[in-house]
Amino acid sequence: MNHGLILPIVLPMFIGCLLLFGARLSMPVKRSLSLSSTAVLVLLSFWLMWQADQGVLQVYALGNWQPPFGIILLLDRLSALLLVATAVLAFFALLYATRGDDERGRNFHALFQFQLMGLNGAFLTGDLFNLFVFFEILLIASYSLLLHGGGPDRVRAGLHYVILNLVGSALFLLAVGVLYGITGTLNMADMAVRVAAANADQAPLLGAAGLLLLVVFGLKAAFLPLYFWLPRAYASATAPVAALFAIMTKVGLYSILRVYTLIFGDDAGMLANMAQEWLWPLALLTIGLGVIGALAANSLHGLLAYLVVVSVGTLLAGLALGTPQALAAVLYYLLHSTWIAGGLFLLADLIARQRGEKATQLIQGPALQNPHLLGILFFVGAISVAGLPPLSGFIGKLLLLRAVEPGLQALFLWPVVLGGGLATLIALSRAGSTLFWRVGLSQLDSAELDRGRLLACIGLLLLSPLLVGLAAPLLTYVEATASQLLDLQLYRQILLPGGAS
Amino acid sequence: MEALFAAALGILTASGVYLLLRARTFPVVMGLTLISYAVNLFLFAMGRLQTGATTVIGASAEYADPLPQALVLTAIVIGFAMTAFVVVLALRSVGEMKTDHVDGRESAR
Repeated sequence: MNHGLILPIVLPMFIGCLLLFGARLSMPVKRSLSLSSTAVLVLLSFWLMWQADQGVLQVYALGNWQPPFGIILLLDRLSALLLVATAVLAFFALLYATRGDDERGRNFHALFQFQLMGLNGAFLTGDLFNLFVFFEILLIASYSLLLHGGGPDRVRAGLHYVILNLVGSALFLLAVGVLYGITGTLNMADMAVRVAAANADQAPLLGAAGLLLLVVFGLKAAFLPLYFWLPRAYASATAPVAALFAIMTKVGLYSILRVYTLIFGDDAGMLANMAQEWLWPLALLTIGLGVIGALAANSLHGLLAYLVVVSVGTLLAGLALGTPQALAAVLYYLLHSTWIAGGLFLLADLIARQRGEKATQLIQGPALQNPHLLGILFFVGAISVAGLPPLSGFIGKLLLLRAVEPGLQALFLWPVVLGGGLATLIALSRAGSTLFWRVGLSQLDSAELDRGRLLACIGLLLLSPLLVGLAAPLLTYVEATASQLLDLQLYRQILLPGGAS
Repeated sequence: MEALFAAALGILTASGVYLLLRARTFPVVMGLTLISYAVNLFLFAMGRLQTGATTVIGASAEYADPLPQALVLTAIVIGFAMTAFVVVLALRSVGEMKTDHVDGRESAR
C-alpha cells in the first residue's frame, strides 16, 4: 500500500492546524510555512502523476479494510491530473497573496491550506459519502476565503453562495441516501457493479438519485440554470482567492466525469449514460449565455467571471460527447482553462491597483504606470482564453472540435464554440482597449508594481505556452486517462482481494 | 410507521422550502435547519425502519444497518457547523447592509 496517496490530504491539514494554533506567529513565518507546504504539494502531485501514469490503479484503504468495506482513496490518471492542476494554481495564487493580500483578514493561510485539503480529498476519494465530506470541507474553507477582506459586496455575494451551497449539500445527502438505500454500498466501484445489476423496479429510483447528484454537481460546476451565483461571487473575491476559485468549478466537472463514467457509465444497463442527454443542450446554452454575459459585463472582473462560465460550458460539451477523443480534449482544456483563468484574475488585480477608484470598471480611467508590460500580459491571456493560435486554448478547442463526428452534433457544436470564441475576443478587445488606450493623461503614483505579484501572474500566464510546448507528452497522458476512465473492468478489480496495489 | 415518517419528512421539507423562499435571513436560516432535519431523518430511514433490531449480523433474523446512523451523525455535525457559520454571516450582513433581505436591498413594492 502506497502511503503517498494520503499525503496530499494530510499535509495541508497538518500545516493548516499548525497555522491555526500559531495564529499569533509573525506573518513571515506563516507565509513561509504556507508557501513551503504548497511547494511540497506541487512536487508531491507531480510524483503521484508519475505513479498514476504507470497505468495501475492505486488504492489506499483507510484502516486497512478490504474494499468495499471502509473508505478508500483511489489514485488514477484523472485524479492525479487534477491534483497537479490544483497544486500549481494554488502555489501561484499563494505567492500572489503573500505580497500583502493575506493581511486583509485573519487566518488566510490556515483557510487556504484547509481549502487545499478539501480539494485534494475530493479528487482522491473513491467513496461517495467521503466525497460529500470533502465537498463540505472545501466549501466551508471557500466561504471564509470568499469573505476574506470584508465589505458589503463580498458579504452579499457570500450570503448567496453559502445558502445555495447549503441547499446543494441537502440534495447531495438525499441522493447519497437513496443510492445507499438501494445498492447498500457507498464505494463508487462497488456501486457501479450494483447499479449494473439493478432490476427494473430499482432503476427509476436510482435514476432519480443520479440526476439529483447531477443538480448538486451542476451547482458546483456552474452550468446553465445553476450558474447565477458565480459571476458576482468571483468578481467580488480578492484576487488570489478568485484565482484559486478557478479550480472550484472543476471540482463539479470532475465529480460529473467520475460519477457518470463509473457509476452510470456504459455498463449501467437501463441507466447507461443517462446524464449525457441532459448535459449536451445545457452545455451549449451555457456557452451562449456565458458569452452574452461577457459581452455585457461592465468590469474586467465580471468579464473574467463570465469567461469561467464559458469554459465550463465548453468542458461540459466535451463531457456530453463522451468519446475517448472528446474526454482527452476536455482534460487538456481543463488544465488550460484553470491556469489561465487564475492568471487573468491576478492580472486584473494588477491593473486595478494602478487605476485607483476606477478599479477594473470598463470606463475611462487614469493612465497605467506599466501599460506595455501589463498590456502584453493581457494580450497573451486574452489570445489564450479566446482560443486563437498559437496558445493552448487553440489546441484545446481544436481537439474538441475534431473529436465530434460530422453530423448533427457537429452542426451544433462548431458554430457555438467558434462563435463563442469570436464573441469572447470581441469582449476582451473592447475591455483591453478601454483599459489600456482610452486613458486620461494623469497617472496615479500611489501603486508601484510589486515584483512578487507580477512574478505570480506571469508564472500562471506562461503556463499557456508551456502547455503548447509540452503538448505531445501531455496529450499522450490525457488520451491514456480517457481510455482508463472508460475501461470499467479496471475499476471493478479494486474490489477483489489483492486486485489493486 | 412508514406513512407517518414520510408525512413528517414531507411537512418538514415543505415548511423548510417555504421559509427559504421568504428571502429574509432569519427565516432562511430556519428553513435551512428544517430541511437539514428532514434530510437527516431521510438518511436515517435509508437503513430501513424497524424497531428492536440489533446491529449485529447473525444475532437475530433482522438486523439494523449501523452505517446510516454513522452517516447521519456526520451529516448532523457538518450541518451544525454550517448553520453556525450562516448565522454569523447573516448577522454580519445585517450589520453591513442595514437590511435582513438576502439581496442586501429591499425589493421595490
